[in-house]
Parts: sequence; structure tokens; C-alpha cells
Amino acid sequence: MATVEIKGLVKTFGKTEVLHGIDLAVEDGEFVVFVGPSGCGKSTTLRLLAGLDEVTSGEILIGGNVVNNLEPKERNIAMVFQNYAIYPHMSVRKNIGFGLRTSKMSKADKVTRIDEVAGLLGMTDLLDRKPGQLSGGQRQRVAIGRAMVRDPVVFLFDEPLSNLDAQLRTQMRLEIKKLHQDVGTTIVFVTHDQVEAMTLADRIVIMEDGYIQQVGTPSEVYQNPINMFVAQFIGAPSMNMLPGKKSDVGVVLDTGPTIPLNLNTDASNIMVGIRPNDLTPARDDELALFEGTVLIIEPLGPETLVYVELYDCEVLATVPGRIVPKIGDKIRLKAPEEEIHFFNADTGVVIQ
Amino acid sequence: MSDIGIKTSAASLNAAKPYNYNKRMEPARVIRWTILFLGGVVMVMPIVFMLSTSFKWPHEIYNLMIIPDDPTIENYTYVLEDGRFYKWFINSLIIATITTISAVIFDSLVGYTLCKFRFRGRMIVFVAILSTLMIPTEMLVIPWYLMARDFGWLNSYWGIMFPGVMTAFGTFLMKQFFESVPDDFLEAARIDGLNEFQIWWTVAMPLVTPAISALAIFVFLGNWTAFIWPLIVTNDPALYTLPVGLTTFSVEQDVEWELIMTGAALATIPTLIVFLVFQRYIIRGVVMTGLKG
Repeated sequence: MATVEIKGLVKTFGKTEVLHGIDLAVEDGEFVVFVGPSGCGKSTTLRLLAGLDEVTSGEILIGGNVVNNLEPKERNIAMVFQNYAIYPHMSVRKNIGFGLRTSKMSKADKVTRIDEVAGLLGMTDLLDRKPGQLSGGQRQRVAIGRAMVRDPVVFLFDEPLSNLDAQLRTQMRLEIKKLHQDVGTTIVFVTHDQVEAMTLADRIVIMEDGYIQQVGTPSEVYQNPINMFVAQFIGAPSMNMLPGKKSDVGVVLDTGPTIPLNLNTDASNIMVGIRPNDLTPARDDELALFEGTVLIIEPLGPETLVYVELYDCEVLATVPGRIVPKIGDKIRLKAPEEEIHFFNADTGVVIQ
Repeated sequence: MSDIGIKTSAASLNAAKPYNYNKRMEPARVIRWTILFLGGVVMVMPIVFMLSTSFKWPHEIYNLMIIPDDPTIENYTYVLEDGRFYKWFINSLIIATITTISAVIFDSLVGYTLCKFRFRGRMIVFVAILSTLMIPTEMLVIPWYLMARDFGWLNSYWGIMFPGVMTAFGTFLMKQFFESVPDDFLEAARIDGLNEFQIWWTVAMPLVTPAISALAIFVFLGNWTAFIWPLIVTNDPALYTLPVGLTTFSVEQDVEWELIMTGAALATIPTLIVFLVFQRYIIRGVVMTGLKG
């Protein structure tokens, strides 16, 4: 196990700068997930950590040592790739043992270690099979096994679940989490799936356009997003954003209603963010925040997603599954004050 | 269970449905088959005549019958007892084997480098190699000869082999096949601590077995049947390759077609072996898929 530190990391490809000086410290044994849309720089960061690409400027420290000029093999890390990168011409045993080829272990010790890892991953019966005879989930396990066998100080995962179907992805997610609890090795995991990030991470790093937008625990980034990007990226369905103006009586939404809260800000253009699951139908005796017309309903079983038209904009609300509004119905919606987020509409930064 | 039984038998009946030979053949289909048949005859007849002539007596060789009236294995006995044939056979085998191994290794190395490494001038090197494909062998023979003469390689194995130890076609073929090897495979091996040579040999090469097999077949057959260059670069009969040696039957003792055909029939055996061996790998390589789920 080891700490990972990134200091002022910059990466350019030709004249294009894709990472603009990012800083991060990963604790020993921590599970950190990089998440962000395609092209945000998360995989580039991982490749720089692995030593597969050269750092343009800045420093990477693993276990307190600067590793910028070290070859991948000298960093004592292991990486699991999106396409598994297991060799089709080798058996599962040879694939798992591949990482030990350059090890000075005796042949007997290597066999023992491979058996140990295969046992841990429940693959003992599959050791003599070729990858072509394995399912997607089993191949993924072989890839993880190959990473584990060398007992590295840091595991790097590059979107390892994205080729799996939804059910298998959930299962593998659990297995990776369990694996981390068992072995406790530092893990840096890259994904574009925010659900994967929320469920796996001790801390999430949200990236956009080569910048780190926010670092925090899943609950922190969900409850207290520091800007509009994070607010909309984390949480599914995405947070509703309603433009408004600051006034003496509170925030007057462009759609009409006023939220009677006095904001401590100089900004006049405000963006009000409310998560769909915080926007619920109000009883007749309750004060509603909005009243709109039901446009579309999407029943999901335990809950129903309701698209509501508010004047000229649309918001999404979540109602309990047993309440199924009809299209065209008038619906009154409320939201708890503490769950309403305000952002400076010009800068995108949260207003505390 | 009974349902399953019925379904299974219905499926088997369907699968076993015989081809309807009585179905009237469409004219286009008849023309297609006729053209293919004629093409097949044109391809096979020389081989048939080669084998047929090899079993004929000298007085029968201008008789175009396929099955000789009085077949003999005398020609085979003569050729096999003639020490020169073994010498030429071994020369051809040495030259074709070494050039095949060498071309597979060097073409793969260069193809892999041009495909998987980014360096300044990469495309220029690749285009330069490709452009040599546009120069016919006949034009290269004179510079090769001058080079062999100046280096003192005339009348030597190396003199015969050196133009073929690396080929532009093989480099191009291997480069194109290495494109299909995912970079992730190489990077995973790099992280696991293998050096670039080990990655090429243990990871990349096994994944392009079909290309290696195809290249090996091309190079082996090309060198096994090579005639002009070995004829020019050698004048010592002890260094003749099989195609060059066989011509001596027509020069030294008139045209002894039955011996030439016997030698040619024997010369096809290694090419058949090479083809059968490597063809298996081509098929196995194609079957070996399943890179991702």
C-alpha cells in the first residue's frame, strides 16, 4: 500500500493542453474514483500515474517518491484496462501469472501465488481455460487477478466495467469493493459512470476539461456540490436548474415564483438547483413552490419520474410509484429549503 | 420432455434435409460452374502432366496420354540415386528456411516498430520501404549482382539469400496485422515489467500468427522456386538450388523431360508440407478471437 500525490500535473499533446496543473493527494489504502465526461482528462491522469505517458510538468509521487522518470514496471503499480487486456493465446493460469514473469520468485512460489489469487477470485476451476471460453465477468476477474498477483502498492482501474452488461456491472462493482475491503490496497479508479463512482469511492474526484472540479466523499459531492457542473453531473436524474434574479424578497425565478430566501451574495443572476427527488407533490394544505402541468410520466416501479412544464421551462420531479399523475394534470410541487442549491449563474459557483 | 423430443427430431429432420439434385440449374449457374471447372482444369493439368511424365519412359514423353502405357519408377530411382539432386535439394532447403525465418523475424520487427512506436520520420521510412515494391526484381538483379561481387558474396549461400532476408511486402503485411493488436495488450505487458523485445515476442507475435503463417508460406515458396537470382549469383554446381539444378538435365544431356518432371514432382513435396503446416496456423489464428466480451 502507498500514498499517491499529484502536484501541479500538466499534460500536453502537441499544442493542446489536456491537464492544466491538477493537484491531489490520495491516502494510503484509499479508494479514489475519477469521474467526468469523455475528454475530461481522467484516463490521461491514470496513464500518467501508470507511467504509460510522459508528464509534461508537475510531479507524481507514489509512496512519497517522485516517479516521473520511472518506467511503469519500476512504479510497483498494476493496471486493469477497459478491454481487460488479457491475452487470448494464453490460459487463465498464464494470464494471471504473466505479471510474475519478471519476478525472482521460484516456480513453486509462483504457482502457489497464482492459485491463491485464483482462489480469492473464485477462478480455481477456470485456470486451464482460454479467455475465449470465459464470460465477460470472468475475463474481468482474470484481469483483476493479473493485477493482484504481483501484490502492487497501487491498483489503477481504467473504466474496467464499461464493457459489461448492467447486471454484471453491479455484481463486479460489489466484488471490486469487497476486494478493496479485503486487500486494502490503494485504488485509483476511472469511470464516466457517476453511479459507479458514488458506490465505490471513499472519495470522488470530479473532472471537467482537464481541471479537478471537486474532491470529496460521495455524500459531500452530492449534498454540497461546489458548482453547477458538479451539481448536474452527480446524481441521476440530473439536478433541475432554474434561472432567476436576486431581489429584496428573495430569488425571483424567471418562471414566476419567488423563493423567499435572502442570499448573501453580490450576484444578481442566480441559478436555482433542485434535485428531482427533492421536488415532491405538495398536499393541498401545504405551500407549493411551483405549480405546473404534467407533460410526460416515466414509471420506474418504486417511483415515477414526472416531467412538469412551468411556464416556458421544464422540471423533473420524482413522485412515489403509487402516485401516477395523468398527462395534462395540474401538479403542485414543493422542495425543502435546505435542499435548494443556489449558484452564481455567471460563474457557476455555489452560493453558500 | 415429449415436447422437447418432438422439437429435437423436427430440428434434426430439417438439418438433414438432402440437397435437391433434380432442381433445374439456372443458366448463369451453369456458366459459372463451367468457367470454374475450366479454370480448375487449367490449374491442375500441369501438375497432372508433371506427375504423369515422371512415371514415363523417355520414348513416351511426347505422347500426351495421362496414364502411361508402361509406368516406371526408374526416373525416381535415377534422380534419387544422383547425388546432385540431394545437394540441390539441401541447398534449396537451407536457403528457403533461413530466408523464411529471417524474413519473418525482421519483417515483423520492422512492421511492429512502424506500427506501434511513434517517432519522427516514421511515415517516411514506411513509404520508402513500400516504394521498393514498385521496382521489379529484374531491375534489381544488376545492382544486387554488383553488390554481391564487391562484397565477395558470389558463389555463396549468403549471396543467394541476402536479397530475401527482409522483404518490403512482409514488412507491409506485418505492419497492417499489428494494427489489429490492441495497444492495451502491450501497455499491460509494459506495466508487468516486460521489455520491448519481450513484449514483441511474447505478446504481439502470437496474436498475429495468421500473418506470420501467410508470410512464411509466401517467403518459403518464393525462395524455394526462385530461379533467376540463384542462377546469376552462382556458377558452382555444388551451390545450385533445385530449380537451377533441374535445368542442368536439359543442358547437359539434351532435354530429359522425364527427369526434370521427376525432380519437379519431388521438389513440390516440401512446399506442400510448408503449406499444410502453416495453413493450420492461419485457420487457428482466425478462430482465436474473443478479445473482449
